[in-house]
Amino acid sequence: MSKALLDRLATLLGDKLLETTDFRGDEVALVAPADWHAAAEFLRRDEKLAMGQFTDLTAVDYPERAPEEPRFDVLLFVRNPETHKRLRLKTRLADGKTLATLTDLWAGASWAEREVYDMFGISFEGHPDMRRILLYKEFEGHPLRKDYPIDRAQPLVPYRDADDTHKLPPFGVDEGQPFARTDWSRRLEGLDAQVSPSLAVAAGQRASLSSEEVHPVHAPEPAADAAASEN
Amino acid sequence: MGEMTFGGAGEDANFFTTKFDALLGWARKYSLFQYPFVTACCGMEFMAVASPRYDMARFGAEAPRFSPRQADVLWVVGTVSQRQGPVLKRIYEQMTEPKWVIAFGTCASCGGFYDNYTTIPGIDKVVPVDIYIPGCPPRPEAVLDGLMLLMDKIQNGNKDPLVVPPRELPKLAQLRAKKDAKP
Amino acid sequence: MEPLDTHDFTDDDTLELPAEPMRLNMGPSHPAMHGTIRMVLDLDGETVVNVDVQPGYLHRGFEKSCERGTWAQVFPYTDRLNYVSPMLNNVGFALAVEKLCGIEVPERGQYYRVVLGELARICDHFTCNAASGMELGAFTPFLWLMKVRDWIWDVLEKETGARLTHSFGRIGGMAMEPTPDLAMDIRAILPEIEKVVVETETMLVRNRIFMDRMQGTGVLSKERALELGVTGPMLRSTGVAYDVRKDSPYMVYDRFDFDVPVGEDGDNYDRFCVRMEEVRQSMRIVEQALDQMPTDGPVSVDDPRMMLPDKERVYNSIEGTIAHFKLIMEGFAPPKGEVYSFTEGGNGELGFFIVSDGSGTPYRVRVRPPSWFNLQSARELLIGGMIADIIPTFGSVNMIGGECDR
Repeated sequence: MSKALLDRLATLLGDKLLETTDFRGDEVALVAPADWHAAAEFLRRDEKLAMGQFTDLTAVDYPERAPEEPRFDVLLFVRNPETHKRLRLKTRLADGKTLATLTDLWAGASWAEREVYDMFGISFEGHPDMRRILLYKEFEGHPLRKDYPIDRAQPLVPYRDADDTHKLPPFGVDEGQPFARTDWSRRLEGLDAQVSPSLAVAAGQRASLSSEEVHPVHAPEPAADAAASEN
Repeated sequence: MGEMTFGGAGEDANFFTTKFDALLGWARKYSLFQYPFVTACCGMEFMAVASPRYDMARFGAEAPRFSPRQADVLWVVGTVSQRQGPVLKRIYEQMTEPKWVIAFGTCASCGGFYDNYTTIPGIDKVVPVDIYIPGCPPRPEAVLDGLMLLMDKIQNGNKDPLVVPPRELPKLAQLRAKKDAKP
Repeated sequence: MEPLDTHDFTDDDTLELPAEPMRLNMGPSHPAMHGTIRMVLDLDGETVVNVDVQPGYLHRGFEKSCERGTWAQVFPYTDRLNYVSPMLNNVGFALAVEKLCGIEVPERGQYYRVVLGELARICDHFTCNAASGMELGAFTPFLWLMKVRDWIWDVLEKETGARLTHSFGRIGGMAMEPTPDLAMDIRAILPEIEKVVVETETMLVRNRIFMDRMQGTGVLSKERALELGVTGPMLRSTGVAYDVRKDSPYMVYDRFDFDVPVGEDGDNYDRFCVRMEEVRQSMRIVEQALDQMPTDGPVSVDDPRMMLPDKERVYNSIEGTIAHFKLIMEGFAPPKGEVYSFTEGGNGELGFFIVSDGSGTPYRVRVRPPSWFNLQSARELLIGGMIADIIPTFGSVNMIGGECDR
């Protein structure tokens, strides 16, 4: 892929363009957070770049970077609808810092920025409606930060207790589903109560689908067969 | 749920109540009005169950009622997130007795492989469940099995939660395959 | 109630209706909201003055979950992104990782991906159009199109073993070779699908009620669509012929002869017609792909770093067992780096931005969900319309919860 886009951006931005990379055909331009909006404006308004189609905006968290280095990468993906060229703008942002919103350039950035705010806690200055979008407002923390444990749930309704109702799940929390823990020898003898009710009804083992009583069948055929195959 | 007591609790009255319960159960099981609480992937199979090939209408359970007050069965189809939890609870509370809940699919039954910060690990943490249909998503045949199991429960007045068992037990299927392979 | 004649009907205040907009909550459990969207509407009579579209009721932590397992363990999660066309998601993710590694799948595997992917696309468009029709009261087309979907699922089940959530893609190929009956099975159903498409169009496209409800409602302009990041059938209905398969061909899409249908007005009716026409184009692609597909050869790359060894070798040789163990326990480790790979999903540009730190676990998997950006535009489509237009508009936007909220 040609480097024409990056060269054009370099002439426009001068030394504000910190770094450019071209990995596997993805052209990336790195700018400082302060130049974020200006660089994006060039991408949008310059007639040679003319990145009119908004594609995506997201962030990546790198907590293991050195403390003096900024923690987040924020990335903007845009595309030129005429030439089908794509460019990715990137900036490195420290925790607690804000970034200028791009909603005035591409209306599509609105939800993407809200999502980044929701998931990473990066706030966008000038955004008309900076609220959580995927999670609820009672949620504390930002789940896509690496230091948020994946299993820290914040339920909105208290979970039911075992005592408060007669209806209980048929399996304990630490168990799998009961049919996965099958006593095969009993089942093959036709004694197991977990034999598929519909099959059991057909075989005359059960009176009805939901009845608990299972009558063993005589001379269980599959078991005899298994014994035969072992010989 | 369908229990009636009469002043003179003699043998005749018991006989009558038993018969009456059976009649009521029979009537209820063939006219289940459903409330489809469809959130996720399992909805695709739910559509398939309602469509001509599997035809849920055979069981008198095809009429969806989008008001919980008119519904008998709450089908919870798909993943329920923490954010959705209060909504589910409220819908359950709005339903009138008698009511039954079917957890359709693994996510509704136990959260499935979404054991993370945002998913409720099984709707039985929020509302009581009558039938668990395992599968991700369950095949329509399993769904129909679940529906028949529920109908049977209604007929028998059985209140225990049940899991729809697999039709074909893996071990038995293997043994049968061996048997078939033999000359 | 008071008798009517005690009212003073000369007083203007009693005659005027209240002028403040009414606030109405729609969803998340509303039949037209597909269970996962809440809309807070401000209504002036029946006209929508303002609307706040609230997604997120199906947020399942896809991106966080991906950062926990191996790269191969992402496939089951991608199935459940756009659960109407899981195969397209499988392929999209596989292509992203392959781009990161710089590998290319053998030709037969690419054709296989195209065939299964296009079948999934037919399912996707049919489901959307069936639901659109049903929500407007046309129940018969819904039943017809669901019937077709079951036929396609039969083929997919025979190929992959699952009706809906296949998890069939692999990094570097597909899980299995195509069955010998693949071409025969598909060629048997394609003419039948064509019949149903014609049948459905006869029922709906010239139907007065359907046209009145669909035409001129939910109009989106070309410029606005581009700016909002709208892609897929929704963008094409506004007149922009942007199709990733055509504009940046991936796999073998440059070898097929197919058209990109575009609309003119960008309204619900155009979106319906574009989807219907795309089903025809997908069928053309499938036919051509079946003709061109090599009958033998591998479907996956022959690279022990990423492909699991045969079960034969795992059970009978120590090298096979070790390779299997390492791939399962540690996983395949792509090189360090970040790439953005995009394919044409059921609803538009499905992008995967993946970051690898060189280990067997993804550092970050970001999906660019087409539904997310399509839904974002829904606010503009709905404002100014009637409350009843929400149903066809929201239906033709085709928000898929799993993909939109992830």
